[in-house]
Amino acid sequence: MATLVIAEHDNKTLKDATAKVVTAAGQVGGPVHILVAGQGCDAVAQAASKIAGVEKVLVADDALYAKMVAETMETLILSLADKYDAILAPATTNGKNYMPRVAAKLDVPQVSEILSVVSSDTFVRPIYAGNALATVQAPAGKKVITVRTTTFKPAGEGGSAAIEKVSAAADPGLSKFVGEELSKSERPELTSAKIIISGGRGMQSGENFHMLDAIADKLHAAVGASRAAVDAGFVPNDYQVGQTGKVVAPDLYIAVGISGAIQHLAGMKDSKVIAAINKDEEAPIFQVADYGLVADLFKAIPEMNEELTKLGYK
Amino acid sequence: MKVLVPVKRVIDYNVKVRVKPDQTGVDLANVKMSMNPFDEISVEEAVRLKEKGKATEVIAVSIGPQQASETLRTALAMGADRGILVKTDGEVEPLAVAKILKAICDAEQPTLVITGKQAIDDDSNQTGQMLAALLGWPQGTFAHKLELGDGSAQIEREIDGGLQTVEVKLPAVMTVDLRLNEPRYASLPNIMKAKKKPIDEKSPSDYGVDVTPRLKTLKVTEPEKRKAGVKVKTVAELLDKLKNEAGVI
Ligand SMILES: Cc1cc2nc3c(=O)[nH]c(=O)nc-3n(C[C@H](O)[C@H](O)[C@H](O)COP(=O)(O)OP(=O)(O)OC[C@H]3O[C@@H](n4cnc5c(N)ncnc54)[C@H](O)[C@@H]3O)c2cc1C
Ligand SMILES: Cc1cc2nc3c(=O)[nH]c(=O)nc-3n(C[C@H](O)[C@H](O)[C@H](O)COP(=O)(O)OP(=O)(O)OC[C@H]3O[C@@H](n4cnc5c(N)ncnc54)[C@H](O)[C@@H]3O)c2cc1C
Repeated sequence: MATLVIAEHDNKTLKDATAKVVTAAGQVGGPVHILVAGQGCDAVAQAASKIAGVEKVLVADDALYAKMVAETMETLILSLADKYDAILAPATTNGKNYMPRVAAKLDVPQVSEILSVVSSDTFVRPIYAGNALATVQAPAGKKVITVRTTTFKPAGEGGSAAIEKVSAAADPGLSKFVGEELSKSERPELTSAKIIISGGRGMQSGENFHMLDAIADKLHAAVGASRAAVDAGFVPNDYQVGQTGKVVAPDLYIAVGISGAIQHLAGMKDSKVIAAINKDEEAPIFQVADYGLVADLFKAIPEMNEELTKLGYK
Repeated sequence: MKVLVPVKRVIDYNVKVRVKPDQTGVDLANVKMSMNPFDEISVEEAVRLKEKGKATEVIAVSIGPQQASETLRTALAMGADRGILVKTDGEVEPLAVAKILKAICDAEQPTLVITGKQAIDDDSNQTGQMLAALLGWPQGTFAHKLELGDGSAQIEREIDGGLQTVEVKLPAVMTVDLRLNEPRYASLPNIMKAKKKPIDEKSPSDYGVDVTPRLKTLKVTEPEKRKAGVKVKTVAELLDKLKNEAGVI
């Protein structure tokens, strides 16, 4: 039987998390199908059909799915589940929202945030904030899996999957979308950026985060934060990197005024290169940093901005 | 209306876990255990609903070993009215936890169940959603703000792109995120009072739930450790290393 991947998108663009889940799905086995659930999501379906290794794209285009509300996603996915051995979604806030409902209704355990596929029923997943890795085997029957996308390479392009419409499932009528407040930014998203510069409590204010913005603009980086910086209201919640925020693995992670608590490290320690700027030379962040600079950030960050300009970064 | 708050006993968030050399799990012997930090936020929210006169009773439930009764006492000291301890010795998977909670909901008929968004030991982030599905109830996950109405609730949620508000019919399940509230510390008089509050002891079989794990843990290993790198002296040296040695800018 086949493997179904639930697409992550905003009705206009397909997020690269989807292509990464396709890679994981290919390793689980069987022909890979993608489900695009949304409203007015043609462009997304087109993009999904071009991912290499995808056999079919199912599109459920209906107002019910405009915001991927969990209760409606549950009934839609269940209406298709019979034809699949395995159902995979990215471990985004969407995937984490609807997938456990699907697993519960199928009466199977969900395997959360897998890091790798050992075989069609065996997976590696992090526990205890990534301080331990568990290899778990799912029981016979359907597999319901969320995928930590930082550890899978996106499947390439060049596919030409057939696109097939599927009808909407019954509306459970339990909930409705009311509104949203999305952070607007011209910068890359945290989970797909190649470079991230993050600030912590040491930044002291939201105003001071603009110093990081200036550097981010020069390096085409995303800006992140520790929980302390979010709790203090310096930046919005979606900036939070960590065990209970976003997990990231960019080529370069620059931690500024962040001490390096276990929960923060859980979200960034798989970055290729880590640089840290902290005035306390004992800060735990230096134990994982490839390059550490013991300095006052209020001197170091403006200086970094100037040096980058000198080096020709605009 | 009744509010049900499941609370889990987990390793304290300050403890750095050690993987056992035989790869069967992590070493939990003599490790400090506490209430899952998200569950403190759930209890706080429930108790505030009671203080505002919206909830009539707050029931805390824990599924775990005898010592989980300490976790329940903490919830009672924060202001929950009574506890239910469902005693189990081994690890219980989220689906089994959800099935037990469903049976308790069938008996207690709460209007709102408030769970943590994830437990910091197993980091599954499943239980609340599974419970909602089994009950056929709506859910508001990763809650940032709750506004309780008549027969429905508006829940503002922390999502990848920012914040989203959904309206759910009641009864419903809500899973809490970090910024919903700041949990109180229990005062000494309340800790004393909590000792007299009732805790009902049950077993999974009382609810007809088989808690035998279905996921098999084949091994638990330590992730590759990062090594500390070098200290640089100046910003210029840092940029030079990032550009010419690491090649990342
Ligand atoms: C359930 C739970 C979940 C959590 N989840 C997360 C999570 O997902 N992500 C997360 O980040 N945290 C999380 N935490 C919080 C975590 O435990 C830490 O409290 C938090 O990461 C600390 O943030 P910080 O490093 O910015 O602040 P601090 O630990 O206060 O560190 C500030 C650092 O800034 C340095 N500094 C100060 N001023 C300057 C200056 N002028 N120049 C240079 N350096 C300076 C200091 O030396 C210090 O090292 C969680 C905690 C709990 C209990
Ligand atoms: C080292 C290790 C080995 C493991 N081995 C196995 C194994 O061999 N087999 C196996 O099946 N599982 C195993 N597990 C899985 C694990 O025991 C359960 O899956 C896990 O405890 C439940 O998931 P969670 O708490 O992360 O749920 P989450 O969904 O993250 O929890 C969210 C919320 O649900 C509520 N909740 C969850 N559990 C309880 C509870 N017990 N009482 C009250 N409320 C609760 C709380 O409100 C909590 O905030 C292992 C885990 C570890 C860490």
